[in-house]
Amino acid sequence: MEDLHLAILLGSIVAGAAPILLATLGETIAEKGGVINLSLDGSILLSAMVAFAVSYQSQSLCLGFLAGAAAGGLVALIVGFFSIYLGQSQVAVGFVLTLTARDLAYFFGNPYSRLYGPQAGPLPIPMLHEIPFLGPILFQHTMPVYGSILLIGLCWWYLYRTPMGLRLRAVGENPQASYARGTNTRRVQLLSTLIGGLLVGLAGATFSLCTKPGWGRPQGAEGTGWICLAIVIFGGWHPVKAAFGAYLFAFLQVMGIHFQGWWPSIPAQVFQVAPFPLMIFTLVLMYAAQLERESMVKKRPPWLQRLLNMLGGNAPAALGKAFIPE
Amino acid sequence: MITLQDIHKHYGAVRANDGISMEIAEGSIHGILGENGAGKSTLMKVLAGFVRKTSGTIRLDGRAADYKGPGKATQLGIGMLYQDPLDFPSLSVLENFMMGRSRGVSSNKGSHRHQLEDLAGSFGFRLDPDTPVRKLTVGERQQLEIVRLMALGVDVLILDEPTTGISSHQRQVLLTALRKLASRKKTILFVSHKLDDVEAVCNRVTVLRQGRVTGEMDKPLETSRLLGWMFGSTPESHPRSEVEPGDNILTMKEVSSPGGRTGLIDCTVTVRQGEVVGLAGLEGSGQDVFLRLAAGLIKPEKGMIRVDKDVMTGRDHHAFRECGATFLPAARLEEGLIPGLTITEHFALQAGRGVLVPWEQSRESAAEGIDRFRVVGTPPSPVESLSGGNQQRLLLALMPRDPILLLLEHPTRGLDVESAQWVWQQLIGYTATGSSIVFSSAELEEILQVASRILVFYNGVVVKDTQTRDTNLAEIGKAIAGKV
Amino acid sequence: MVRRTVGAYVLMLLGVLCLTTLIVLAAGAPPFAAFYHLFEGSLGSWTKFAQVLTRWIPLTLCSCGLVLSFRIGLWNIGVEGQVVAGAISATAILRMSAEAGFPGISLVLVFLGGMLGGGVWAIIAGLLKTKGGVNEIFGGLGLNFVAQGITLWLIFGPWRRPGVASMSGTEIFPSSLWLPTIASLRLSPIGLVLTVVALIAVAWILTRTRLGLAFKGIGNSPKAAYIHGLKPGRYMLYAMGMAGACAGLAGTFQVTGVYHRLIPSISSNYGYLALLVVMLANYNVSWIPVIALFFVCLSVGSIQLPMMLQLDSSLSGIVQGALVLGILFLHAWRKRTQERNS
Repeated sequence: MEDLHLAILLGSIVAGAAPILLATLGETIAEKGGVINLSLDGSILLSAMVAFAVSYQSQSLCLGFLAGAAAGGLVALIVGFFSIYLGQSQVAVGFVLTLTARDLAYFFGNPYSRLYGPQAGPLPIPMLHEIPFLGPILFQHTMPVYGSILLIGLCWWYLYRTPMGLRLRAVGENPQASYARGTNTRRVQLLSTLIGGLLVGLAGATFSLCTKPGWGRPQGAEGTGWICLAIVIFGGWHPVKAAFGAYLFAFLQVMGIHFQGWWPSIPAQVFQVAPFPLMIFTLVLMYAAQLERESMVKKRPPWLQRLLNMLGGNAPAALGKAFIPE
Repeated sequence: MITLQDIHKHYGAVRANDGISMEIAEGSIHGILGENGAGKSTLMKVLAGFVRKTSGTIRLDGRAADYKGPGKATQLGIGMLYQDPLDFPSLSVLENFMMGRSRGVSSNKGSHRHQLEDLAGSFGFRLDPDTPVRKLTVGERQQLEIVRLMALGVDVLILDEPTTGISSHQRQVLLTALRKLASRKKTILFVSHKLDDVEAVCNRVTVLRQGRVTGEMDKPLETSRLLGWMFGSTPESHPRSEVEPGDNILTMKEVSSPGGRTGLIDCTVTVRQGEVVGLAGLEGSGQDVFLRLAAGLIKPEKGMIRVDKDVMTGRDHHAFRECGATFLPAARLEEGLIPGLTITEHFALQAGRGVLVPWEQSRESAAEGIDRFRVVGTPPSPVESLSGGNQQRLLLALMPRDPILLLLEHPTRGLDVESAQWVWQQLIGYTATGSSIVFSSAELEEILQVASRILVFYNGVVVKDTQTRDTNLAEIGKAIAGKV
Repeated sequence: MVRRTVGAYVLMLLGVLCLTTLIVLAAGAPPFAAFYHLFEGSLGSWTKFAQVLTRWIPLTLCSCGLVLSFRIGLWNIGVEGQVVAGAISATAILRMSAEAGFPGISLVLVFLGGMLGGGVWAIIAGLLKTKGGVNEIFGGLGLNFVAQGITLWLIFGPWRRPGVASMSGTEIFPSSLWLPTIASLRLSPIGLVLTVVALIAVAWILTRTRLGLAFKGIGNSPKAAYIHGLKPGRYMLYAMGMAGACAGLAGTFQVTGVYHRLIPSISSNYGYLALLVVMLANYNVSWIPVIALFFVCLSVGSIQLPMMLQLDSSLSGIVQGALVLGILFLHAWRKRTQERNS
């Protein structure tokens, strides 16, 4: 019985992490190319609304997901356009869009509030889902959840094993050098921003069609976008480490609900809020680690060196700055 | 075979390349010699497609070639090794090698790895494909770039000051590799100011001076003629104010620090009150590091620095400022002046303490400074609207009245000859009241005219320390070129 | 040249107007009615206008502070948390004075306490940046959530209403602790005066004090400012502290003059909205009062929309955001034409 309880718990973590994972991986790709999409929070809400509205009207889940992805992609394109082609601050545009996208979501989503719409149902994988313990954790989920797990590997493969991914990383690292080697840096950055936006859109759709079904004001996904931005940094802009961060956050969220039962004296808010200062603390730790790593003066034990290397992030050097080739 | 016909490259009024013509034979190692400001780097950037020429023709094997951008140049077979490598520090050696070459989905790491290892091996380079590039030394990054360009099928390889900041072993490996490349019918353009290197490996040498070709020579090379072409004839040394040096103002003892390409290695120098010390040598040989160490902007890795009587090693720039060290940076709008602020506001920043800004007083100081240093501008002008030369004057006008130690990076850059002379008149006036001046300059003539003492920097080391009256242009030129 | 610029602005405003019309149409409502209600709802009567002014006060206070942090080049997204921190401090002082039986305790103390609370909260974010290397956006964001968490904990924990803890907040303060208001209008003249003073103070700081000049210098070029003898880290903390103090003032006003208690959404999004106000005002203090007024009119007017036209009130947010995006686009367009001309 204990086993089953734990397995279900872990399974709910995997399921709950799906949209966060999608958005985080998407943003990792965008930031690897050097563009930061601060509109994440609003984007997720807008695509959640669009996905729900479209799937409600058409009674098709598939169309809903596509529409959600498109919404996320569109917002990301605006951020990309303003930055890459107009040279405006990514932070400024992203921030405005996060508010405006949210407002658009609430405005157009008004008639769909509290309606009951299509939901993604669980698709247990035949045979595999009967494996004791592992079954409920990994193989009794909905499509989006499976997709999010697959995406981790896909992202990693794309970034580190394909020429396109290499080009993307190069542009985010040193756009001048990439340009000197004949790469169309603008196109690469716009593309990576778009891909990131599409994935963020899918994350939003996953919220309203799967994880927290339906639409309302509030929807329940508020605040997630900001956390995803932090997880990208926490994960050192690496898809696998970022995935770890996403699962960690989902774990804290699920635990928050459970711990409440075990320790009623500690208020619920502490658990809800706990991930955020934890993330900040981690960022400070990463910064300290980076400083330590860079000062190569001291000799340190190899395990410490490896820990520092792991903690230290590798921000794409050109993140946030627009490179306008002459 | 490359033919350059009457190449001009003008930046406004400045003629970086003023009608250069030369022929470079296939399979040769052709040296381009010259000192600061000769136009070597500009010419190579034109050839490599990084910069657009103002006029002139480039012919490759007889056919006129007009290309824009380094990508196109590479397609035509011309590749350049820049002083600041254009690579990707956080990516691995193999990834840097592969980047930009393959299309499609699969990246074929295996075959690229083989190619990298084969090519590197054939030159005697030892490169580990999986190390991140930021861990490589300057020499190794060069080697990677050479291998990459060769893999791209480049036939003409341009190297801009390649032996700056690399170990002597790496230098040997590089020169051997170049000879091998030449034997494979590749054309090498070797840009340098170092006579030793040029003599070691080049078949033919073209010397540039102030944007023009001053001489050409085949092997075997005659040092004295080359030096003459590089530095021109000895000018009349003008009388300068000879102040008797007083107490020690700046002491550096065995100071080493990384920085730029070469860093500063084991420097022991003492500057006394009243001295005007000129730092000579090719730009980036350690002069900037020296000045910044003396200003406290860089902390030394080793050694001791003292300003006046206080030991200042490890303290920050503001502490140095308090002790009287004033630093004038060369990057006017990035470090010297604050864009978006007016002239008055810059003076206001310096006007003492207190809660309120003394605007009236600042305006007056601004007007006074504008007047004294003949800045073309008014107190309410934003500094980015001033021309380069006037920004330089403004920087000088902002210096404190009674400086103890002036550390100047290229103080007269952008000023015409007459203005520069007038500025030096003002500056030397300070020495009469006990100030010391240490300055770097790209113009050797300026140093010879103005400085009472000259330090020559070569590859991060002070190779010559002499009073100006005890030396002449030829000797200094030799030291700059590495022939002490 | 000037005519061209004015023309461009007018064009941009028309563009936003068209976009809003399209959006309202897309939601199935008559556009003119929507515009009518937006303005009637805010300017239609003295009572409504008093409500507008009551909202204008905290929005403008936050904007004043943000001008300072923007000037030194910081993105103080933590302003929301700073409002909350000020509100919490103010509530704490009010509770103490109510319990101790000093109902007449000077409101000055309460406001000072609020400023201190907001200021400290902002300085934490500043320290995270200067000493901890954490970008002020993420530090501020994290602290926003933490402040929100603390508020919820207080409302449901130590400060809960006797009997039933609920989302409607803590217990209402005795009326002796309320900010005095103008009769039936529920508008606090003290709040208005405070805001005007803040506007003047910030303008004065920026133009007349060494501090303001230092902010400007560091904001434009931290490297050059350092060489000129300024310490960027220290001044960043000053700027953040002052911005936080202004935000704390706004939070205090919310507690003493509007809600008379601590509620979960005490900051009411004024912080984020203030960021938009300052961006639209091109970081210029003189434009802030007008733009803030316009924004608040939109917000208050849009309250009518759900009732009258079955539209969600976030239409105001859409207009506000579109305006800022329009301004950003204008900036880019003007930069391009300037570069082409030179």
